[in-house]
Amino acid sequence: MTTTTATLARTTTPRRTPSDIAPALLLGGPAFLLLLVFLIGPFIAGVWFSFTDQRLISPTPAQFVGLRNYRRMLTLTVLTLDPLTDPQTGQPVRDTQGNLQYPRSRAYTRDQEKYPQYFGLTEWTSLDLAGRRYTLLAGDPSFFRSLQNNVLFALVVIPLQSGFGLLLALLVNLQLKGRNFFRTMFFAPVVTSMVVVSIVWRFIYDYNNGMLNVFLNQFTLGLFHPVNWLGDASTAMLAVIIMSIWQGAGMQMMLFVAGLQGIPESLYEAASIDGANTWQKFRYVTWPGLRNTSVFILVTITIAAFQLFTQVFVMTNGGPNDATTTVLFMMVREGFREQNIAYASTIAVAFFLIILTISLVQRRMLRSEA
Amino acid sequence: MATQLASQTTRAPGSGRLALRQTGVALAQYTVLTLLAGIFIFPLLFMIMSSFKATNTEIFADLHSLRAFLPVGDVSLNNYAAVFQNSQFPRFLANSVGLAAALIALSLTVNSMAGYALSRLRWKGQRLVLAIIIATLIVPFETVAIPLLLLVSKLPNLTFDKGITFTQGWLNTYQVQVVPFIAGAYSIFLFYQFFQDIPRELDEAALVDGATRVQIYLNIIVPNSGPVFAAVAILTFLGSWNSFLWPIMVIQSEDIRPVMVGLQYFFQQNVQWGQVMAYTTLITIPVLLLFLVFQNAFVRSIATTGIKE
Repeated sequence: MTTTTATLARTTTPRRTPSDIAPALLLGGPAFLLLLVFLIGPFIAGVWFSFTDQRLISPTPAQFVGLRNYRRMLTLTVLTLDPLTDPQTGQPVRDTQGNLQYPRSRAYTRDQEKYPQYFGLTEWTSLDLAGRRYTLLAGDPSFFRSLQNNVLFALVVIPLQSGFGLLLALLVNLQLKGRNFFRTMFFAPVVTSMVVVSIVWRFIYDYNNGMLNVFLNQFTLGLFHPVNWLGDASTAMLAVIIMSIWQGAGMQMMLFVAGLQGIPESLYEAASIDGANTWQKFRYVTWPGLRNTSVFILVTITIAAFQLFTQVFVMTNGGPNDATTTVLFMMVREGFREQNIAYASTIAVAFFLIILTISLVQRRMLRSEA
Repeated sequence: MATQLASQTTRAPGSGRLALRQTGVALAQYTVLTLLAGIFIFPLLFMIMSSFKATNTEIFADLHSLRAFLPVGDVSLNNYAAVFQNSQFPRFLANSVGLAAALIALSLTVNSMAGYALSRLRWKGQRLVLAIIIATLIVPFETVAIPLLLLVSKLPNLTFDKGITFTQGWLNTYQVQVVPFIAGAYSIFLFYQFFQDIPRELDEAALVDGATRVQIYLNIIVPNSGPVFAAVAILTFLGSWNSFLWPIMVIQSEDIRPVMVGLQYFFQQNVQWGQVMAYTTLITIPVLLLFLVFQNAFVRSIATTGIKE
């Protein structure tokens, strides 16, 4: 059968080859054209804009500026500061709590003549160690703060959300009556819009009247002092993270359920015959059987972590003090509010490279297994 | 898992203890499931119940007990009436429904045709185009949002106000929320994959009977591809209904605002939580109902992508 069709195809090839080009263009043309104009074109344009000073509305045409945008985004240097000393005694100055006092980093970043290498930079963060202060100066500290927030989000959400998802999947996969009902409950937040979810959780986290503070206060019989979850820089990101874990766990559950159903029943039977207990069955049959699913989930959560935007936009608007800004949030702020298309495109390029790296790592992981 | 537990329990001696133990295990499982279900559903339950309550004072007071999750107290539909009075909700809703319907119709047509051209037709450059489309799968929309913003702000626009006039820019239009999203690499890929599995003998037979390629697409491929059309329709619907990042950048005018952006403004300007919850309930319930009705199709199509808004 295969040989006859192969020879048949070969003999008819010269007559057939060009015949489908007209219907292919007619049917496929609209999609290819739209993708070219609205995806591939803007993608290439974005890379180009990142080397220019393009603005949304500008009377003058954009100029090529080389790597200026990348320098602004990526510049990072360490400034080492010695403690202030009393000019008379030569002893270090201490405040009332006995802490060493240091000069302000502004003295270095605002002085173009004396310190050209630090000029225009802004302090990102600093660390006091062994009688010295190490200050990290960045061209754009907001970018690094955003990146830091995205990474923190990924590191916390990956284990907790996938762990929750796996637990839910194992429970839902038991042949219990009413499991479809529970599955629906767990999945409901996934189909609810993120804007809606964010607003409801804005109320839960509210400082004065929020459900969480009221609940914790009652639960501890008044011992708990209300926390301004979203208004305090130390808890805001955590609050966004918890809400996001809740929203997406049902999604990971569904993926794990699909993975569980792909594990042949015969493996469990064989394990039973060998006298494996429940834990051993999970460890040696279920877990290895879920490997590809786990890699897929790991990658989708990581990518989603870098796509974090809506929750932040609705709940905190990036604040307080950039505590919840993310790479995408910054991109929108630069491109849309500041109308700085060039710099926003530079952030978009960085964002794309991150996603690309994650996807390539996923391919490696899946290939190494096969 | 069930067989595991069953086999484990059969080893327990004595049938009375066995039954007792099985009941105990089941009870524990149901308790855990119920607790977890509570965690996952309480915000939505609270949202719906609060939408019926008259004032902030009442909502805040109810937080101190389970009343927060029950329709008790001064319950009415006043908040819903207020949503219609204080915002252009019907307009936003009509916008979102219209935009989603237009996008679904166009996207199913355009992407299925492209999937067909890539999977069933033989033409020069076919492999290259397929490779490019698969490569673009990796490009998230957010990457091109900013240059796209510049592009659409420069595109020529036809208006039919007083005769036909050309204006510059698609900002604040309906088409800016639809046209850039019609063609989707992922949708094309889903169609392509599905069409690959339809037996080619059907095409060959139709060709012998004198059918054209377009007729084969319309009369053989489309009628045999219900599941993939459903999957793409659901994904397109969710993407359109929940879209937020793009409309907040390109839509300022209230007349063409979709529901999610309308909600964001309503939330910012409103201090009555009951009204905000009424708004969120109004736009959530239809989607939840759709989900309940088409649950399996929803789950299947969402699980293939791993997309999250």
